[in-house]
Amino acid sequence: MDGIKLRAENLNLYFGQKQILKNINIEFPKNQVTSLIGPSGCGKSTLLRSFNRMHDLSPDARIEGKLFLDELDLYGRKNSVTDIRKRIGMVFQKPNPLPKSIYENLSYALNIHNYPKQDIPNLIEAALRESFLWDEVKDEMKKPAVKLSGGQQQRLCIARTVVLRPEVILMDEPCSALDPISTKKIEELILKLKEDFTIVIVTHNMQQAQRISNKVAFMYLGELIEYDTSDTIFKHPNNELTQRYIGGYFG
Amino acid sequence: MEKKRIIGLFSGLVLGGSTLIVVLFLGIILWDIFSKGFPSLSWNFVSSFPTNGMTQGGILPAIIGTVLLTFITTLFSVPFGVACAIYLNEYARPNTLTNVIRASIRNLAGVPSIIYGLFGLALFVQALNFGTSILSAGLTLGLLSLPYIITTTEEALKRIPNSLREAALALGVTQFETIKDVVLPKALPGILTGVILTLSRAAGETAPILFTGVAFFINGISASPNQEFMALPYHLYMLSTQHNEIEQVRPLAYATASVLILLVFLLNIIAFYVRFKNRTQD
Repeated sequence: MDGIKLRAENLNLYFGQKQILKNINIEFPKNQVTSLIGPSGCGKSTLLRSFNRMHDLSPDARIEGKLFLDELDLYGRKNSVTDIRKRIGMVFQKPNPLPKSIYENLSYALNIHNYPKQDIPNLIEAALRESFLWDEVKDEMKKPAVKLSGGQQQRLCIARTVVLRPEVILMDEPCSALDPISTKKIEELILKLKEDFTIVIVTHNMQQAQRISNKVAFMYLGELIEYDTSDTIFKHPNNELTQRYIGGYFG
Repeated sequence: MEKKRIIGLFSGLVLGGSTLIVVLFLGIILWDIFSKGFPSLSWNFVSSFPTNGMTQGGILPAIIGTVLLTFITTLFSVPFGVACAIYLNEYARPNTLTNVIRASIRNLAGVPSIIYGLFGLALFVQALNFGTSILSAGLTLGLLSLPYIITTTEEALKRIPNSLREAALALGVTQFETIKDVVLPKALPGILTGVILTLSRAAGETAPILFTGVAFFINGISASPNQEFMALPYHLYMLSTQHNEIEQVRPLAYATASVLILLVFLLNIIAFYVRFKNRTQD
């Protein structure tokens, strides 16, 4: 399993009677960007959210199969969900800054996880620099985070995740609510972040998947259809469905 | 085309007219009470005790009684009500039991207040042996307020988008911390508005305190929770229907009504302010 950070084995997921994910087996390599693509409703966000146990909140979600971070069983009875979420961070589709100041958006989780008080300002500055946001906000750290622009808010959400130094960052269509310039900034950010983190990203944007990812997984109706390097998927896909989706025949 | 215009004109007239009639009634009531009450309103009236069999003097003990009573009601109903709403909205799984509980709470809000009075008499005054006291009356009003506080708090919590809860949870924050640090602060203005409006309604209730502790007249001020007390709504009821010298105390009754209305207005204005401030922040 060398170089594999995150994996799913025989994963089936149901919402009530409806099966959303069908026998998914997938491995995400360390320090690379993997994109999940496929038409709406194919289960890519559901797959992403099962890794940091976001489905725990949905009473009718039921999961079969195994998920691992390295060798840690993510749904193992003894494993704490808060530790898992600290190691597997998540950035959501719509920027969702906490209703606090810019500074508190980053300090909040650090305080919750008992980081030493004297380290916190430096950790925050480093995370904001890493997220290309420091220069824009360094003079107004006390400002409410909701006053930032959409693109800035999303970079703040990334910084908020990065500051905890997780091992994996899950991104659920992080650019879908943003303008092209903000999108470009976030793509640059993702390419830089992969040096330190393993990134799994859901995207609807083929060009984006092509620009940023090392590997691409194509999903359709809850199944993993094809999973290969970005080059193979976009230039010589093996599966006819993949070919037609990439070619824009359905979506 | 002509027909549509007439229908439009007519519906505008009916809707506007209805609103006007309602506002008119409100205006008449307020004008009637305040015009008859203002001559007797003075600093002396709100700061002194009733004298000469309540034909003279002020209503200080009734004001203090109502304030203390509302305070006890708050102490009892707000913590339980908010906790219950948090449980229902954040923790309880949406199943039949939860729905039955929620429906029961909604129904409780419709129970006539006199029933609460009788229930308070049976439970607090007799069974728990608190006697007719400000404590019994406060707890009874607390019971009356609970369904409203639970319902309004739940509505306030429901307005908080799930994306905010997910934001905190995804950082490895526990559910309890998420509620405490993210959800509650954001919902606070909504919760406060509901609480204040509920309390302003409770402060004006007469029936629930009738059997549980309110007194016609007491000497001095009730300083201990096991004493009987005077309260503005009951004082008003008594002055307007139960007094021997009904003509003589009529101006005092109007003045008492004015004070009660002003008190409730004050609470409502605070509620509006809280909501307004919240809106400008968003």
